[in-house]
Formats: sequence, structure tokens, C-alpha cells
Amino acid sequence: MDELSQHLLNAIILGGTYALLGIGLTLIFGIMRVVNFTHGELYAFGAYCMYALIMLLHVNFFLALVLAVALGMLLGAAIEMLLLNRLRGADIDTTMLVMIGAWIVMQNTEQYVWSGVALSINSPFPNDPLVLGPLSVSWNRVYVFVVATALIGATYYLVNRTRLGKAMRATFQDRDTAALMGIRIDRIHTATFALGSGLAAAAGALLGPVFVVAPTMGDLAASKAFAIVILGGLGNITGATLGGFILAFVEEIGAGYISSGYRDAMGFLLIILILLMRPTGLFAQRERIG
Amino acid sequence: MTKLPGLLATAAILAGTAVAGANAQETIKIGVTQPLTGAFAASGNYVAQGAKIAEDEINKAGGVLGKKIQLLIEDNKSNPTEAVSTVEKLITKDKVPVLIGAWSSTLTLAVMPKLEEYKVPMVVETSSSGKITTSGNPYIFRISPTSAMEAKAFQPLVKKMGLKKASFLYTNNDFGIGSANEYSNMLKANGVAIGSMETMDPKATDFSAQLAKIKASGSDSLFVTTAVEQLTLILKQAKEQQVNVRIISCGGSNSPDQLIEQAGDAANGSFHTTFFPPWFPEVTKNPDVSKRYMDEWKKRGHNVGGLTEGYRGFDGVYVAVAGIKAAGKAEPEAIRAALWGVDVKGVYGDIHFTKQGPAGKESGQNVPVVYLVAIENGKVVKTPF
Repeated sequence: MDELSQHLLNAIILGGTYALLGIGLTLIFGIMRVVNFTHGELYAFGAYCMYALIMLLHVNFFLALVLAVALGMLLGAAIEMLLLNRLRGADIDTTMLVMIGAWIVMQNTEQYVWSGVALSINSPFPNDPLVLGPLSVSWNRVYVFVVATALIGATYYLVNRTRLGKAMRATFQDRDTAALMGIRIDRIHTATFALGSGLAAAAGALLGPVFVVAPTMGDLAASKAFAIVILGGLGNITGATLGGFILAFVEEIGAGYISSGYRDAMGFLLIILILLMRPTGLFAQRERIG
Repeated sequence: MTKLPGLLATAAILAGTAVAGANAQETIKIGVTQPLTGAFAASGNYVAQGAKIAEDEINKAGGVLGKKIQLLIEDNKSNPTEAVSTVEKLITKDKVPVLIGAWSSTLTLAVMPKLEEYKVPMVVETSSSGKITTSGNPYIFRISPTSAMEAKAFQPLVKKMGLKKASFLYTNNDFGIGSANEYSNMLKANGVAIGSMETMDPKATDFSAQLAKIKASGSDSLFVTTAVEQLTLILKQAKEQQVNVRIISCGGSNSPDQLIEQAGDAANGSFHTTFFPPWFPEVTKNPDVSKRYMDEWKKRGHNVGGLTEGYRGFDGVYVAVAGIKAAGKAEPEAIRAALWGVDVKGVYGDIHFTKQGPAGKESGQNVPVVYLVAIENGKVVKTPF
């Protein structure tokens, strides 16, 4: 019983960060339809920003998070304006190849600048965990969960309840009509990509101090993010959030009671099963293409 | 104005060819394949740095067979497919007569068929999977210990440490699986119960599920086989989840200095097998060699945490050069035959090869000393056992 409760607690905490990774990518991949291979590198970028700000420049831990997210958004905006802007209207394969190139360049730049040695970031949280009877969880992870939940809520509000959100949804539903209605679609593209990138950087910045920071850290994060987005249904923020929690739950219980060796495969097995039954993902509405 | 850069470029190309031409005549090339990028980049770069120290020392002392040696270090990107292409390139394009590589067991196993195909020997500096020397590849000369040797060296400590029930957490690759098999068999033979056997993806960062299971198994100790990055996280997360077991890391790629720096007080009370203890070099078989290597490492400003990896490349080059010297010529078959007779005073100890594997196709295997160190109060100490 204690073991099961610990697994469930772990799943909820882990699910928060998976959901955060998922909603960032669902904006870009699901709504913008850009197969964004740089998502994992923005995650790593957020973590390296935290390292540079906290360990080298001695910036306050919480302020560093805000700065890391802002830098992530700037980098996202730069990628959109330098690379994607020119590819608007290009087919999905061309864009995908460019993004794969950007991913390789970014990962190798990280290694060139920081070397392959993993780095760790000090956090102001106590080393001793929060103990709840037989269960325990580190304070840092509780903090990550709380911030991730808040960011997910804020993104949901932004996309579904604000004018900017409405413009985003309109642009990606029908670009020409949106442009005719006076929406500046170039800006919307940049803003959406920057927002999604900022969320990836936020996830990296939150998890950097929990794990270690290394140039390849983005690879697994990116493959999980894609899994979550597909699981939840493309472009659906609620779906991506629930997808994140479902993936964490399946991984924890799968690793705990079936086989830990297949922990990272569990999520993908689940996706295959779900796509067999519901090809649009769990929560997506029926799609209209074209 | 436009002509000047063009002229300079031509001059540079000419100069470049001249240098390359001279090198081709005067040097003996040694091929090195290491993971310089990707998941094992940190370790692979340390091995390459150690190898370069040996290269410079040997060349300063006049080289071998009257020629200077030249290391050609290729990046296998921590990827078995890439490892095979680096070896193919080094052998067919650069015509190296001997190789050193390829760090992880999976990478080494991937390139082994190529060694047989082209008949070029390779000095294996790090890999520990038993399969490497038992599968019948006569071009393999391993200076690092096998997991079985490590487990055997650990045996006398089982009683002294009072182990009753042990769990395992290991990476799901040749290195992790090989090590967990050898250690668990050794423990079972010594009356220790096995709790749970948990694996992890080599790239995974969250081990909460595995640790919850290990905690529930009621084990008193946990044997972990992986590289230093995952080990750091396991130490931290075990503390977070209050998994109160004695953590023992196997395989020697554990860099205790880096663990102390990155895992902080979560590293206290853990034990680590290593094949070179830079904290007390006087206990090694050849303390003068160990100290010379360490001094040069520090002089070059390399990361001190990398000392426990760099010596592998350092010794690897000395062994390859001893093979070339004994062969009297830089030809693969001659070097392969000569490697059986080398005796090198290295950081690994006195390196020489004994036969392992099926008769007629034996691989060479060195028997290094295995040390167990502990981390106490943020310092590496000799084990109290």
C-alpha cells in the first residue's frame, strides 16, 4: 500500500512537468503544425540559462527562473523569425528538415560551450524531503509542481480567454481569413512560437536543479513531449495536460509493477493502443484539414 | 584586393599538403574511437585527453621505431552505428595498424566484427562486458577488468559489510546487464538474498518508480551500474525518497569527485569500485607512473574529476606502442602477435595479456587491481573493510 501511494505521488509530481512540456509543444506542433525538433533544445536552453544565472552570475533562484523563461521566449522568437518565417507555405517535410538541422546545431553548440560534463545547479530548498507518513517527496519537486500547474493555468487562460489567444486560434484555423480580418499573422506566428518555446524553457529551468544539466538532456524530453501531444490530441491544451498526467501515471505504475526496463517504452505502447482506437488522440475534436 | 585572400588560401593549402606529406612519412598512426559527443561525451573526452598525454610523452622520448606516433581520434558520437563507421574510416582511409576504443561495451561490441574483417587489433581501454573477450575475437586486447573480475574482487567484502539482501539498478545495455548478472550470481553464491532487479534507460533522469520499488523490497544494499551522470541522480533521488540502503556503484565509471561536487551530502555513505584511486596513488602498483600521469593532467588544467577516466586512454596508448615496438614494424598482424608478449608498467598496474575465450580464437585480457572506495563527509576515503 505504501509503495502504491508513493508511486501515485511520484506520478502526480512528474505529471505536472510532463504536462508543461506537452502544452508548449501542442501550441507549436498541434496549432502551428510545425514539427518542432528544437523543443527539447529549448528545454536544455532553459536549464543552461539557470546554470549560468545562478551558478556563474549568482542571480536569485526565483528571479533566474523568470529570466530563463524570458530568454527562452526570445530564442524561440529568433528561431521563428530567422528560419520559419521564410518557410511559411513550405510543405511540412521541408520545415521538418530545417528544424532537425536547427536541433543538431543547438545541441552541438551546447556541448561546445559547456562541454559534455553534466552540471548541477544548487537550489535553496532543504536537502531533507517533505515527509508525509511513509511517503516522501523533495521540496524542490513540490515547487516545480506548483509552478508548472500555475503556468499551465495561465497558458490555458491566454489561449482561450484573451484577444491574443483568439487571434492565435483564428490564424491557425484559417490564415487567409484571419489576415483579411486584420490580424497581423506574422506577429501571431512569432508570438505563438515564442510562447511554446518559453514553456519548454520553463520546464528545463524548473527541472535543471532537480536533475543535472547536460547537452543531451533535451532528447528524451522532446520525445516525451511529442508522445504527450499525440496522446492528448493535436492542439488541445486540456488534452496535452491530461496526456502529461496519463503518461506519468503509466510510466510509474508500469515501471513499478510490470518492468522498469520498459519504463520509457510504456508511454509509447500506450500511444499505439490509443491511436488504434482513436486516431485523432484522446481529446481532439474531429479535424478539418485544408 | 580580391586576389590577396585567394593567394593566401592557395599558400595555406600548399603549406597544409607539405605538412601532411611530411607527417605521412615520419609518423606511425594509431586510431582512437571514443564518444566525444552524445550521452558519454564527458568520459570519452577524458579518455582522449589521457591518450594525448601519453602521445606527447612518447614523442618527447623519441617515439617508436625511430618515428613519432600520431593519434587519430575519431568521435563515435556514443552511437554503435557511428562507432562502426569511425573504425572503418580509420582502417581503410587512414590505414592505422592498431586501434584503441571504444569506451562503452555496446560500442566495443559493435565494432568487433570489423576488426576481424580487416584483421586489425584493438586495445579496449574501458569496456567491462564479459562478452567482449569470450566471444572468440582474436583482435581484442582488453586492459580494463571484466565485470566478473570486479565481482570476484568484491567477494571478500560481502561478509565484512554484512550484506543480507541486495537490490540492483542498472542501465539497460551490455555494460549494465553484464555487471548485474556477475554481481548477483556472486552474491547469491555467498548467501545474500536478491531483492529487486531494476533497469533504466541509459538516458533516463527520473528513477522514482524504481526507487519506490527498491525501498519496498526491504534490501540493505543497492548495487548500481551506470555512468556518473545517472549515478548522481540516483544518489540524490534515493535520499529524496528516503531509500535507506547502502549504495555501491560498480563498473568504475563513477568519478567520486564529481559525485561529491554534484550530489552533495547525498553522496555520503556510498561505495564505489574503481580501477585507479587518484586520492591515494601510492597504493597503486606503479605509483611513479600514476603520479607522472596525475601531475601532467593537472598541469594541463584538465578537470580533476576526469582522472578516473583519463588513465584508460593513457595506458591504452602505451600498450599499443609497446605492441608496435615488439612487432618491430607498424603492421596489424605483427602487432597482434606481439601484443601477447607486452609487459607495460601502467596506471592500471603491470599490464599483460592472458588468453580468454574459445580455443584458437582467444582474446587478450589483462587482470588489473580493483579498488573499493567510500565517500564520507564529502571526502573519498579507503573503505574501512
